Amino acid sequence: MSIKRIKFTFPTGLITEPVIHRLGHEFQVITNIRRADVREEMGWVVLELDGDEEEIERGLQWVREMGVRVDPVSGDIIEG
Amino acid sequence: MAFLNGLKCRECGREYPADPLNVCDFCFGPLEVVYDYATISEVVSQDSIAKGPLSIWRYKDLLPAEADDPVDIMAGYTPLIKARGLGKTLGLNNLYIKNDSVNPSFSFKDRVVSVAATKAIEFGYQTIACASTGNLACSVAAHCARAGVRAVVFIPSDLERGKIIGAAIYNPVLVSVDGTYDQVNRLCSELADDYPWAFVNINMRPYYAEGSKTLGYEVAEQLDWRLPDHVVVPSASGAMFTKIWKGFHEFESLGLVGKVNTRMHLTQAEGCSPIVEAYNNNTLHVRPVIPNTIAKSLAIGNPADGIYALKTIQESNGTATATLEEEVVQGIQLLAEMEGIFTETAGGVVISGLRRLAERNIIKSDELTVAYITGNGLKTQEAVSHVVNPVLTKPNLEAFEEALHARA
Repeated sequence: MSIKRIKFTFPTGLITEPVIHRLGHEFQVITNIRRADVREEMGWVVLELDGDEEEIERGLQWVREMGVRVDPVSGDIIEG
Repeated sequence: MAFLNGLKCRECGREYPADPLNVCDFCFGPLEVVYDYATISEVVSQDSIAKGPLSIWRYKDLLPAEADDPVDIMAGYTPLIKARGLGKTLGLNNLYIKNDSVNPSFSFKDRVVSVAATKAIEFGYQTIACASTGNLACSVAAHCARAGVRAVVFIPSDLERGKIIGAAIYNPVLVSVDGTYDQVNRLCSELADDYPWAFVNINMRPYYAEGSKTLGYEVAEQLDWRLPDHVVVPSASGAMFTKIWKGFHEFESLGLVGKVNTRMHLTQAEGCSPIVEAYNNNTLHVRPVIPNTIAKSLAIGNPADGIYALKTIQESNGTATATLEEEVVQGIQLLAEMEGIFTETAGGVVISGLRRLAERNIIKSDELTVAYITGNGLKTQEAVSHVVNPVLTKPNLEAFEEALHARA
């Protein structure tokens, strides 16, 4: 089992889509939202994902394919 | 001794001990160092600072690491020069350049890494790591060499050879990752959870970022304990920008300078300007972007401190400016030709941004202004290779005079 801390950034077109609900239902992943700011034009959600590592990766790949940006909670780590 | 009380979440305010942590367990917000300012105010004075070493460690009482034996390759205390030529060109009579390109590994990163490396060793780490496309890799490798600990430096496999050599010369474990920018990011994020290493900008980040405060302290001290009316700063993650502002305020609260009235101006290149975009849209929401800029040292598409940089702009009545990609090189050349300072692409962003601020009369001619130049041009020579255009001559006087005349 594995726990990942992740940030989702939603484009305008996906604001009204139940992406996190579907992630929890269609994959064996427990989603636990810790902080979020969602508005009309965009939104972000910081959450914890709990589950088998491969299943979390499959779930995240599906989230990316939906058009949601997936990042580590610390932001970009590579610096100049 | 370090006068820190611990760490505190910038979002929910929860407190933590001064451990190698960077994220709040409760809300996943970023952690920041909290100091014991009451005690600091009893020991810090203009005189005590002036008696310190000619490096960032002259401000040791305001840094979050034990300073008895810091990892110090003499980062900081870099020149602040009055820019008469550039000032005249831009119509600014009171312009200064903070030339941080002359740090030991040729960028401001030496300030943050010196603090992070000192803290990492204090915590007992034997390996210090980072993921970088240039300046940070050089600085981590150099500080580890000095400290006698192992450096593990992750770089994208397509990094320019000059930058690889600049880090490799210090003999770190150099890991070249064959993947996209996002993949390198993700890998290092996972490694930071699994390996007992001090990642300077992950688990060391609260301490690391504090090193940038010295960019504010030094300017105040070098201006004879005054603060500028304006500063112009390049921005990637946004951390340095916010820490300069924090440094000014700490000096004010300790009575070392007068009231802070400095306007903070942030600059990014158009090809990676998520903070400027949020500023222009009048929002604190920073929309991540995929970087596509020649200013690679500023190429952070998802800036961790973007929201705090935007708040700093608000508090200081500052601005955010994106320069066109072609203006980056123009800025590098302008600074070199007017002041004899060869900066990297981030410096070109600053100078072009400064020019825009002057043209728009946001900075007025007599206002005291400091432009921060944070990296050395020798690292990004490919950006300006077109300037090589020598006068060609045969080895005799007649041929030389003819060639020179033709050029004139």
